[in-house]
Amino acid sequence: MKILVCISVVPDTTTKISFTDNNTRFNNQGVQYIINPYDELALTRAMELAEASNGTVHVIHVGTADSEASIRKALSIGAHEAIRVNAEPADAQFVAAQIAAVAQNAGYDLILTGRESIDYNGGAVCGLLGQLLGIPSVNVASKIDVSAGTATVEHDIDGGREVVTVQLPAVISAQKDLCEPRIPNMRGIMAARTKPLQITEPGAATAASGYVAFELPAPKQGVKLIDAENPAELLYLLRNEAKVI
Amino acid sequence: MSIIVFAETTETGYKKSSLEAVTVAREIANRTQAGPVVAVVNGQASDAASLGNYGADEVLVLPGSATHSPDAAAAMLAELARNKNAATVIISNNYTGKSIAPAVATTLNASLATNVIDYPDTSAGYKVKRGVFSGKAFAWVELKQPVKVLAITPNSFEIRESGGSATVADAGVQVAGSRLQIQSVNKVTGKIPLTEAEIVVSGGRGMKGPENWGMIEDLAKALGAATACSKPVSDMGWRSHSEHVGQTGITIKPNLYIAIGISGAIQHLAGVSSSKVIVAINKDPEAPFFKAADYGIVGDAFEVLPKLIAAATATSH
Ligand SMILES: Cc1cc2nc3c(=O)[nH]c(=O)nc-3n(C[C@H](O)[C@H](O)[C@H](O)COP(=O)(O)OP(=O)(O)OC[C@H]3O[C@@H](n4cnc5c(N)ncnc54)[C@H](O)[C@@H]3O)c2cc1C
Repeated sequence: MKILVCISVVPDTTTKISFTDNNTRFNNQGVQYIINPYDELALTRAMELAEASNGTVHVIHVGTADSEASIRKALSIGAHEAIRVNAEPADAQFVAAQIAAVAQNAGYDLILTGRESIDYNGGAVCGLLGQLLGIPSVNVASKIDVSAGTATVEHDIDGGREVVTVQLPAVISAQKDLCEPRIPNMRGIMAARTKPLQITEPGAATAASGYVAFELPAPKQGVKLIDAENPAELLYLLRNEAKVI
Repeated sequence: MSIIVFAETTETGYKKSSLEAVTVAREIANRTQAGPVVAVVNGQASDAASLGNYGADEVLVLPGSATHSPDAAAAMLAELARNKNAATVIISNNYTGKSIAPAVATTLNASLATNVIDYPDTSAGYKVKRGVFSGKAFAWVELKQPVKVLAITPNSFEIRESGGSATVADAGVQVAGSRLQIQSVNKVTGKIPLTEAEIVVSGGRGMKGPENWGMIEDLAKALGAATACSKPVSDMGWRSHSEHVGQTGITIKPNLYIAIGISGAIQHLAGVSSSKVIVAINKDPEAPFFKAADYGIVGDAFEVLPKLIAAATATSH
């Protein structure tokens, strides 16, 4: 089985978010970048599925050379090859179009993404890829098993979970519960140094949107403390002051 | 130029998020002098005409089974959007909506924006406000294609009843096939869906163990709230993963979020900080949650909760 895993590179989850240039750009000063946590789950599950079927795993990332440390990490976790499309990932539609251009006719049986990237929270790449490539897509999977060209997927739906089967090739987005993310070991790190990392220039697609400004939530006014002996006071305030109950 | 809105109905009527979506479609139609507002209904449409009250001019009911899989619904929705010369397609940013919106946008060669939390700014171009960095910030995004597909976040828009009425018809499209074969469905019934809940009561590791969740549920019941939890709580299997909120869980924005025995780590706050009012109950006065909260009680949850539940139950009738 040949699997493609789409990797996005995002600020570490502890990052304090701020903006520069008059709130038009994310301030990346001192920010640590990591593989998007959901994509790490996708990659780990891809490795497990590939190992069980003597398959191969490729990772693809749309982004600049700044992301190469994260791509190498994906290789050290076990991916066999990496592809970087050399372009700013302007929006989900641009990213999906670039990945689709690479994946078209490349013979992947399965394409995995994360359920969303934790920076821009689009959650759209999986569905976009499915439509662009004309293959089924399943969002937010917590279990993926493959046998005889069919994937059985447990995934979230509104108000619960559902198990569906789809014919491969298909694109599926990963969420927690799918597996425990793998941590690279020394051998993996050594091997990653010599694994192929192919850099391709972007295709013609243009972004359908553009970020023009950012805002931070209004700061809280400060907490109003209520005596622990008299929690009824809290209800009074929620009802009459905040008017939320 | 019409505005198309996707509305889902269930056994108990329209989803709240769908009524929000119809309201948004009406308001955008008014502001941009577009129209009519065409609501496309997926599900049991016995109450189809009632969407007129929220601003729909026409209601089109998808043919075939009561609810279609996302891929089939997307294909039919895109076809109708084309037939109706839609300028904007509005879909809820829930699981179903997020499975549909990308396919619709691709088919229509439209700009897609998910996680939209406010009305578009059309004063110059077409900008929408979305939640980014898992609730830690907002972004204004310019949508460049003539057609726009907006997936709007539940609990971000107030439902408005316009008192209007709508015509109802079959959608008149061929039933699209689905490539997803559903094997089994496991829905939690009788509970308020977390993403749509106006009040959420949430417990963390400070609750000590699953056996103590009766108190969380009792408080939720008295307040008409949904229940949630922090990541370690679902990791340890004390609560179902579907209740896990935060950066790697669900992002919610209820009117009221009550955090009990949760420290307030940045990854937790990411998923809940868009809540209108936040209450923290924690025995540690230094818990970071107090910096993100509007109201707080410094105290032991095991002493505070019984009193709070008693008071809430006494006034809930
Ligand atoms: C990549 C990454 C992603 C993450 N994503 C998420 C996420 O999505 N959601 C999430 O929640 N976390 C997430 N986390 C974990 C997060 O960093 C915290 O570890 C977690 O939120 C802590 O959960 P907690 O507050 O329940 O537990 P703790 O941090 O252990 O806090 C328990 C709190 O309970 C209080 N307490 C104890 N006993 C009592 C009592 N009797 N009465 C009242 N209060 C009491 C304590 O004072 C303490 O503040 C993530 C971490 C990482 C690294």
